[in-house]
Amino acid sequence: MEPVLLRARGVPDSRAVDTYLSAGGYQGLRKALLLGPDAVTKEVLDSDLRGRGGAGFPTGRKWTFVPKDHPGPRYLICNADESEPGTFKDREIIEHDPHMVLEGIAIASYAIRANTAYIYIRGEFVRWARILEQAIAEARARGFLGPDVLGSGYGLDIWVHRGAGAYICGEETALIESIEGKRGFPRLKPPFPAVVGVFGKPTVVNNVETLACVPHIIERGAAWFASIGRPKNTGPKLFCVSGHVRRPGVVELPLGVTFREIIEEHCGGIRDGHTLKAFFPGGSSAPVMTAAEVDVRADFDACAEAGTMLGSGGVIVLDDSVDMVGAAANLAHFYAHESCGQCTPCREGSDWCMDILDRILDGRGRAEDPETLLRICRFASQGMTICPLGDAFALPISSIVKKFHEELESAIRRAAPRPQSKLPVLPWNGPRPGFGA
Amino acid sequence: MSTAPIAATPPEQLQSVVFDATLEGRIRELLSRYPTTRAALLPVLWLCQERYGWISPGVVRAVAERLGESPATVDGVVTFYTMFYTSPPARYVLQVCETLSCAVCGGAELLHHLEKRLGVKAGEKTADGLFQIVGVQCLGACGSAPVVQVNDDYYENLTLERLDALLDELAGRS
Repeated sequence: MEPVLLRARGVPDSRAVDTYLSAGGYQGLRKALLLGPDAVTKEVLDSDLRGRGGAGFPTGRKWTFVPKDHPGPRYLICNADESEPGTFKDREIIEHDPHMVLEGIAIASYAIRANTAYIYIRGEFVRWARILEQAIAEARARGFLGPDVLGSGYGLDIWVHRGAGAYICGEETALIESIEGKRGFPRLKPPFPAVVGVFGKPTVVNNVETLACVPHIIERGAAWFASIGRPKNTGPKLFCVSGHVRRPGVVELPLGVTFREIIEEHCGGIRDGHTLKAFFPGGSSAPVMTAAEVDVRADFDACAEAGTMLGSGGVIVLDDSVDMVGAAANLAHFYAHESCGQCTPCREGSDWCMDILDRILDGRGRAEDPETLLRICRFASQGMTICPLGDAFALPISSIVKKFHEELESAIRRAAPRPQSKLPVLPWNGPRPGFGA
Repeated sequence: MSTAPIAATPPEQLQSVVFDATLEGRIRELLSRYPTTRAALLPVLWLCQERYGWISPGVVRAVAERLGESPATVDGVVTFYTMFYTSPPARYVLQVCETLSCAVCGGAELLHHLEKRLGVKAGEKTADGLFQIVGVQCLGACGSAPVVQVNDDYYENLTLERLDALLDELAGRS
């Protein structure tokens, strides 16, 4: 397919507003301002665009949840937290085409009648926060943002708000808390952010890639967008492929291609001398897939049918050199570190999984460990926690326990520590910088 | 690319902090972006870390007073996030990504190599205050694993040789 979201990759000086304009940039915004907010929302509804951040919720429908008669301000937030392991697509869009993101934000803000938008970007992305700030200044100078967008009378300010190191702030209510200057503790839903969001006002939170689709939908029409991909799984999608492929990176493909096509045709296949063992289809929080499942289609519904998730489109590819118990331990370390600590099943559960998996790797496994791991995972998922981080650690770990049962059993039977070289897991590094130094 | 070193203000100079006119002007600008004062907390902390190199208890008290919050509230936020330094960092903080994609593409080797070369463990600073090694969680650059972030800059697709060359360069400049 012709590149849509990555069309600027490789174009000289692609970040400049003039480059963007010469590629037809900001035409979607012009058209949106003529259509009016409701027609813009209808177009996005008709396109069947689904959120690219992980949940795959229909974007247009999210916008319609904002109460129309709400008298005060409302807000749009662009989620650029990009913290799901295996995900690095939003950075790619911002790196090459920041104005596409800004145009998407402007159109979405106009559709929900918001006059202020925030871009919440992870703290580590200093370079990309600066790129966005520069693009905002350019867009403002050209009248695409500011008190009177393109002479329409509609006003919009966009501010970049940097996070400071917390996976949980990619969850939309934790992100909202973080913008409010608080710890990133997720909120109970309902009320949903569209009704009670940031500063208590109606708020829509959309992912960078979701918003980057919007200008194209408005400019070329819902039917064009829906013609890409498969029914209810429409449009182009960025797949972030990492791990043991020959050519890792971000590829843009229609939703519904198979994981085999992504891995073999677009990323050069598995590195020499090795074969595919397993892959995480949509970031590390999705249930793991085995090599036998590589022909599953990469779209929201096909992944759900196969018992996993498309998530953010972060495909982590593991070859036959990988010790799956080590991989599970590595992820358990991640989630134990990143649990915000509000809910016991997640805070304690992720920690217990980490301890048990580390103990198995250390040659001190017990026969009851697999069942214990599954029990902890059951207790942390399916509505037992305020936010989905409970599920996020439970799904990959329980799926590894189930799908790589024999490997786990043999690791438990081994009475000696695994050789360090075999471990794709690093030691727990204790205090963060600054603590007690 | 040349990574700017962190110049951490010594603790004794940060016991009692008064924001100068420049900082105060930037704080006022930040406050204008949000409908509440509290919302400026993260941006103001970033501003302070940029200026002083780290967030001392004195900085916490000054920020709390400026934003009308208690020091405990501000400290609670500072310590929730991993990127605010609560003691003076080294000039170059080497943040090695430990999460799965980097781990299976040589991240562990990078970390062990750094520990060996610098003679300190992850989490520690070298005696001369030049380098500090930190194991960090996913940096969001998995397609170019393994990745090390040095201060604000990403270094991707690293090999042991490129990491050594980077350290030589950073050490040579200081």
